[in-house]
Amino acid sequence: MEPVIELDGLEVRFGGRPILKNLTASLTGRSIGLLGPNGAGKSTLLNTLLGFHAPSGGTARVFGRDIRTHAREVRGLIGYMPENDAFIAEMSGVRFVRLMAELAGLPRGHALERAHEAFFYVGLGEVRYRALGTYSLGMKQAAKLAQAIAHGPKLLFLDEPTNGLDPPARTRMIQLIQEIRDRGDLRLMLSSHLLRDVEECCDEVLILKDGHIAAFCNLAEERRSNRRFLELETRGENNGNFLAAIERLGCQTAAGAQGRLKLVLPEGLEVSRLYEIASEQNVQIRRLSHKRDSLEDIFLKAMETADGRL
Amino acid sequence: MAVYKKTYRPYEGELTPSRSRFLVVTRYAFEDLHRSRFLNIFYLASFLYPLVCALIIYVQHNVSALGLLGVEGANRLISINVTFFLSLLGWQSMLALFMAAFVGPSQISPDLANNALALYLARPFSRLEYVLGKLSVLVILLSLMTWVPGLLLFALEGYEEGWSWMSQNARLASGLFLGAWIWIVVLALLALALSAWVKWKPAAGGLMFGVFFVAAAFGAAVNNVERTHWGHLFNVSYLIGSIWVALFEGANKTTNGAIFFRSPQGEELPLWCCWMVLAALGLVCLYMLTRKIRGTEVVR
Repeated sequence: MEPVIELDGLEVRFGGRPILKNLTASLTGRSIGLLGPNGAGKSTLLNTLLGFHAPSGGTARVFGRDIRTHAREVRGLIGYMPENDAFIAEMSGVRFVRLMAELAGLPRGHALERAHEAFFYVGLGEVRYRALGTYSLGMKQAAKLAQAIAHGPKLLFLDEPTNGLDPPARTRMIQLIQEIRDRGDLRLMLSSHLLRDVEECCDEVLILKDGHIAAFCNLAEERRSNRRFLELETRGENNGNFLAAIERLGCQTAAGAQGRLKLVLPEGLEVSRLYEIASEQNVQIRRLSHKRDSLEDIFLKAMETADGRL
Repeated sequence: MAVYKKTYRPYEGELTPSRSRFLVVTRYAFEDLHRSRFLNIFYLASFLYPLVCALIIYVQHNVSALGLLGVEGANRLISINVTFFLSLLGWQSMLALFMAAFVGPSQISPDLANNALALYLARPFSRLEYVLGKLSVLVILLSLMTWVPGLLLFALEGYEEGWSWMSQNARLASGLFLGAWIWIVVLALLALALSAWVKWKPAAGGLMFGVFFVAAAFGAAVNNVERTHWGHLFNVSYLIGSIWVALFEGANKTTNGAIFFRSPQGEELPLWCCWMVLAALGLVCLYMLTRKIRGTEVVR
């Protein structure tokens, strides 16, 4: 798969202080999560890719275009939804989005048409003629998303898109992001400190800590491998035979106390077969759960220091 | 696609040429300005003086019109010469200062106050284009108030007097054009720089006047206390007036500047000093703009 973003020893310094330190990665996912605690360098990375900060070392490429030499072209491919409020308070929503689309190069007529479409798409169709300054926080977030997608970018940068949203507005925003992701026309890069947002929207995660890459994982693959990892709680007198029977099917097993078992299913073996064997062996399966190495586990592991503290 | 079809679709149509994209900013700024009734009236009123000048030129060359008015000898009262055009430029330039003070502060400060610069500059649109777009608003407005009517009046006078007058007085046309441009560039850069640094619009407008009038008063105080003429370096209208006289008349000076832009006789400073101070002012403004016009502010 063609890399969306390639980081090639990317370094950024502000006043001599290193903010991003030798970042090297190739991000190929449809939806890339950028995780990290406050001050880890997430927004700086997005801003550097947008050309707001000049790299002090290394470089990065977006869809193969170098941000040092093709900054303008790169920005033409990106739609950006910033973290903070960013709009012109006196302008009506649709006029503002139209202005932004025109600045991205759309002719006047197309820009107006797409501004209307974008507003309806994010659910603000009815308020599109109101001044942006009068919008609620949730509406402002949606308007920022509208301006980011109005010109039809190939890559969307979402910086903390659910910041300050109430639960229904958050759900709506996440649904919109998932919908955009699932259409497949557009790649996403979602920067957040909320694990749940990233887990729900992303298939690849880059975790930053103190300006360097603390972890990089493919969530889709993690989820796939998690599906084969089971935890069982059994009751019955013939547990030993049950264990032997499922091992003969190719499962790797580990027995715990009080009838608890951990096992990894081989490819092709369905969970229902375990129930059949349990029935044959007169064993009750009282609980069966997929062991999930959640994003939280991955994140916490990445944040751990050498002495095991966060 | 109808707007009720709530879906996302990529854009695959044509794009506008990037070299003229800065004019999008200019167009939107003009739309905003057009909504202000006060500015519209002020702008229209600023053409009264050139209109009166045009009338004077017409009447001067129309003996029958003078006869009708019963003032046959009136054409000898006002002569169409350097003073006439310098006065026109002086009046119009002062009105241009007021216009820049009204219009300038609303150019950049709302974008900065609302963090909108990140959105402008996250597109294939550079800081230079942004400044150029905003600068064009002022340049177009102020040009229409200063050198455009000036050159039209020059052309009218040339039409009435004939080709020989035009060729003999070509310096007036170039003086009008270049002199107005210098003033426009100074005003536009200063207005934008103050708009970028002072987010409160009335304060930015007030500062514009401060730079011209308070600095001039300070310069005058320096002159009086130190018994020197170098205090005029703080007086932008003095500097502009000196340059205008040089542009209009060269070394053969017959006037000491235009109304509001005078350089009193005997208090002249070397012309190169005037140029240097204006250039320094322009560079300071550009530096101020460079510092403020950024996609994101870096807190070091």
